[in-house]
Amino acid sequence: MKKDWWKYLSGVLLLYAIIAGFIVGVPDTMIQETMRNLFYHVGMWFGMMAMLVTGFIYSLRYLMKFNEREDLYAVEAVNVGLMFGFLGIFTGMIWANFTWGTPWVKDPKLNGAAVGIFIYLAYMILRGSIDDIHKRAKVAAVYNIFAFFLWIVFVMVMPRLAVESIHPGKDSPPVLPMNLDPSMRIVFYPAMVGWILLGFWIMNIRVRMRKLQLKIEQ
Amino acid sequence: MLYLEIKHLVGKEIRLELKQKYVLNGILLYLVSTIYVTYLAFEDVITPETWNSLFWIILLFVAVNGISKSFVQESPARHLYYYTIASPQAVVLSKILYNLFLMTILSVLSFGFFLLLMGSQVVNLPLFLVTLLLGSLGLSSVLTMVAAIASRASHNFSLMAILSFPIVLPLLATLMKVSRSAMTSMDWSGLSGLLVILIAINIAVVALAYLLFPYLWKD
Repeated sequence: MKKDWWKYLSGVLLLYAIIAGFIVGVPDTMIQETMRNLFYHVGMWFGMMAMLVTGFIYSLRYLMKFNEREDLYAVEAVNVGLMFGFLGIFTGMIWANFTWGTPWVKDPKLNGAAVGIFIYLAYMILRGSIDDIHKRAKVAAVYNIFAFFLWIVFVMVMPRLAVESIHPGKDSPPVLPMNLDPSMRIVFYPAMVGWILLGFWIMNIRVRMRKLQLKIEQ
Repeated sequence: MLYLEIKHLVGKEIRLELKQKYVLNGILLYLVSTIYVTYLAFEDVITPETWNSLFWIILLFVAVNGISKSFVQESPARHLYYYTIASPQAVVLSKILYNLFLMTILSVLSFGFFLLLMGSQVVNLPLFLVTLLLGSLGLSSVLTMVAAIASRASHNFSLMAILSFPIVLPLLATLMKVSRSAMTSMDWSGLSGLLVILIAINIAVVALAYLLFPYLWKD
């Protein structure tokens, strides 16, 4: 019970984000009330990023220790990261359809998200095509480290190549929306923490499921 | 020591390639026929922008085809033999060097065929050649590493494409951007940032290959 405090925290924060997210006043800008999507859609990207960084760290740890447990965490972190990625794309597409009139535009942020999903789907296919457990863990860890690095490069380099981004938040660094209205910040930051914690929670449950499956198979 | 090993391994790669000429000829024919098909398909719509995009996409496919064989053309027993006599770093660096050599030839040939069939759209030739060289190095190092990864899995031919296309994108997008400006003006200003990015990606990928390959090599 005691060490599960962060799971309760996640639930409380997300409940707060859902209720306060619809009550809090948003500034009257061009995108009007759809700005509330910030609390949910952007949370998907925070979750995806946190999960993929976690997967990267566990892959590094696997190559240092060759402990199967690290590999389980790496693959499940990537799985949850992919889930966040898909949800982020869907929530973004619904929003874009109302705001830009089309679900998909050519924009560095959208490209970065799509390429991230391609990379990690390929990671899953790579895992599926190797039968031996130890070999799979090792090759997948190497690919994860290599691909994560190049994806980060892609996410950082693309905005420099594009003519102009029409995506909101383009003037601020990717992590902190600097020009965010103070009334929105008190919902935004707790919401982001809540989504990230939810990601870790799902990852933990899935790792436990995998461990049980391994036990049954043996 | 590392230098000597690399020298011998690169020599081995060249002799192997010359011995199995049909592999090399296959890639050359692939290159020529792809460019010819594109030439027929895009007959009247070649602008400098399409020229540029087509060139890099064809070069990417040629590179994937040429490099995917790197770790599968020799038998596992032969690899075990190399494992006992050479360091893994020497193996991966020699493969990257050999593939760089191959890619430089292939990219220059592609450029030649593009000139022949679709005319020259390049205004700033020195800049384009620099891009071509940096592109050959980048493609050969990224794809050599992906070929090593894919060779550890079964069905590695389609795997090679799905693993490499998304991760080669930062490189490819930067290359296309630089070479597009070589299509339109003689101006070198404003490109230093992009060229630095290209060089940095190249160095980082070679460094990652140097660090990560030993884990793939050891079974």
